[in-house]
Amino acid sequence: MNGGRAIILGRIREALRNNPAPRPHTSHSQSEAAADHNGHAQREWLPKVGETLPERIDLFAKISEGLTTEFQRVPTMSAARHLITKLATESQWKKIGSHSHQDVDALLEEIELPIVRTEKGYAINDLESCDAGITGCDVLVAQTGGIMVSVESAGGRALSVLPPHHVVIARTSQMVPDLTAAFEHVKQKYGKQFPSFLSFITGPSRTGDIERILVLGAHGPKRLTVILLD
Amino acid sequence: MASQSSDFQTLSRRYTADKGFRAFIQKGMSGYYKKRDQNKANFQDWQGARDLAAEIKYEAINHLDKYLLEFEEKITARGAKVFWAQNAEAAREYILKVAKENNVHSIIKSKTMTSEEIHLNDALEKQGFGVVESDLGEYIVQLRKEAPFHLVFPAMHLTRRQISDLFQKELGSEPTDEPEKLTMIARDIMRRKYCEADMGISGTNFAIAETGMISITENEGNARLTTSLPKIHVALLGIEKVLPKLEDLSLFLPMLATAGAGQTMTCYNTMYAGPRQLGEPDGPEQMHIVLLDNRRTELLADAEQRDSLGCIRCGACLNICPIFKNVGGYSYGTTYGGPIGSVITPHLRGLKDWKHLSAASSLCGACTEACPVKIDLHHHLLQNRRNGAKTAPNPLEKISFGGFSLMMGHPSLYRLASGLGRIFQPLQGLVNGTILDPLRSWTDSRKLPTLAPQSFHEQWKKQRNRKL
Ligand code: SF4
Repeated sequence: MNGGRAIILGRIREALRNNPAPRPHTSHSQSEAAADHNGHAQREWLPKVGETLPERIDLFAKISEGLTTEFQRVPTMSAARHLITKLATESQWKKIGSHSHQDVDALLEEIELPIVRTEKGYAINDLESCDAGITGCDVLVAQTGGIMVSVESAGGRALSVLPPHHVVIARTSQMVPDLTAAFEHVKQKYGKQFPSFLSFITGPSRTGDIERILVLGAHGPKRLTVILLD
Repeated sequence: MASQSSDFQTLSRRYTADKGFRAFIQKGMSGYYKKRDQNKANFQDWQGARDLAAEIKYEAINHLDKYLLEFEEKITARGAKVFWAQNAEAAREYILKVAKENNVHSIIKSKTMTSEEIHLNDALEKQGFGVVESDLGEYIVQLRKEAPFHLVFPAMHLTRRQISDLFQKELGSEPTDEPEKLTMIARDIMRRKYCEADMGISGTNFAIAETGMISITENEGNARLTTSLPKIHVALLGIEKVLPKLEDLSLFLPMLATAGAGQTMTCYNTMYAGPRQLGEPDGPEQMHIVLLDNRRTELLADAEQRDSLGCIRCGACLNICPIFKNVGGYSYGTTYGGPIGSVITPHLRGLKDWKHLSAASSLCGACTEACPVKIDLHHHLLQNRRNGAKTAPNPLEKISFGGFSLMMGHPSLYRLASGLGRIFQPLQGLVNGTILDPLRSWTDSRKLPTLAPQSFHEQWKKQRNRKL
């Protein structure tokens, strides 16, 4: 029932047996780093990230601007609530999606709209007709201006991509320097029991498929708001 | 037989003659060049990153059996099914079987070049399954019943006017020349499709052995929807795409984004570890991984060109290639166009029919320089030329090169030939570029330089005689 497994494996082994390929022409001796590394070697080559938290937040803010992510820093949860109420009124939300999550629940305390909660399952059309999806996240990545979400931190797979506006709440303690650190976080948090879905979201959905001209909101959210709680 | 080669000649002539088309492609690329360079400059050391990427791919591909087995074990433990498909037919049949067994009605696809390679849509449609491409560019070319023009930008050859006309004809929408409005038309249609579809088919950018995950890179969000809402997820995966460790992605994701589209990161980079797990609110009930060989093992057996299996399909070599920019994606007649396509197609589909592609290169080496995983593309094109000459020698070429080497090895013959050349050159001038000209294929776009009245050798002899 697994098709040509034995044949393909046989062909692979046959192809590799006593038939070494020339090593890549590399100027640095990196074969050891490649064979047994934990991702730290890569930090030497990848875009630079500051050492301190304020530097990282600044970098995240700068990249967010380029991506048109709406990045909002707030001092307290009550300021965050104020912000989400304003968003809801301005954008005339009629229904929103959310999930069971400490910060998300706290954020939505004063919102009086109908809420589709995803944690116990939901009807696709019901979620599709929401004006916004409000989720938490695992980490924020300074180097790329991205957020990492998972089944657990974002209420499943679809809540963060189906409604046209995605709002994320995060705390400064969730800011990590780079993707390597994000993966380390994932491994520590979940051990071997990974959720079936993990995603780096870097800006609102976009396409350049028509004359290479940027259009936001191709299939996913047109707007992405990141609320960072100090 | 010779038809692939003559098709290439006909089409490439036609596209190259179209100056407007070339300018359009060039314009489309110009924004990319700028953003790609900015993002490369953000790397502390782009060359160092390329070196490391090449090393990681070297490790993965030269231990492919080990990493594939590790990947299979891990993702199977998470409830996914792995099917090993030796060729396109086996892959298609498996997917058809899954669709039939589950009574599938409608299928949605996200961008996957591997499915183009195995002509999956045709097979599904023939069996009565409706298939919709959800990536905007792919949807546009699907409506036009065309193949993608470019690995990453499938519809970059079309103007907004053409797309508006297409939507008006096929979808009954109002004409518009705003890319935003056109995008929203597709968005609305696709929304309904996601909600109805019971099978989602995706490609895979990377498979992670260590954790048993597949990683999918996209900008639009269509792949995320394709893999979230339908109850079955089928992922096509070329056997070469496995990486050893999860952390390898922290190098490959930004490099793919930078080289492929001039972005810091692509909008969505998603890792899937199996179907929906116990206690999870959504996601497919079934996940099928179709692991495809389809002659990749032939390429693997060629140690000299094995590195070309490390390709991450970023498209950077196409974007930079002077040939691709002039002849466009359709001239190649292959699933994978541009330099990488010219290297691998002779391995995947036969040297005899595809060796002409190795001549579709100026050997400038821009592709090798652009490649984020350092595939030695232009040398591989040369090797393919050599292999082609070995397996299917061209008798005319053989005679002329034989004559040439004879002449160059014998000074008296060389002198005789240049003397004759001077006599016959004025005659050639009379027929230059016409059908009577024996040098036509060379002279119809170039000028034949005039032979000097006296060769260097003759002048040298004269001067010496004078001095003595
Ligand atoms: S050969 Fe290199 S540059 Fe070309 S598509 Fe593949 S990875 Fe990109």
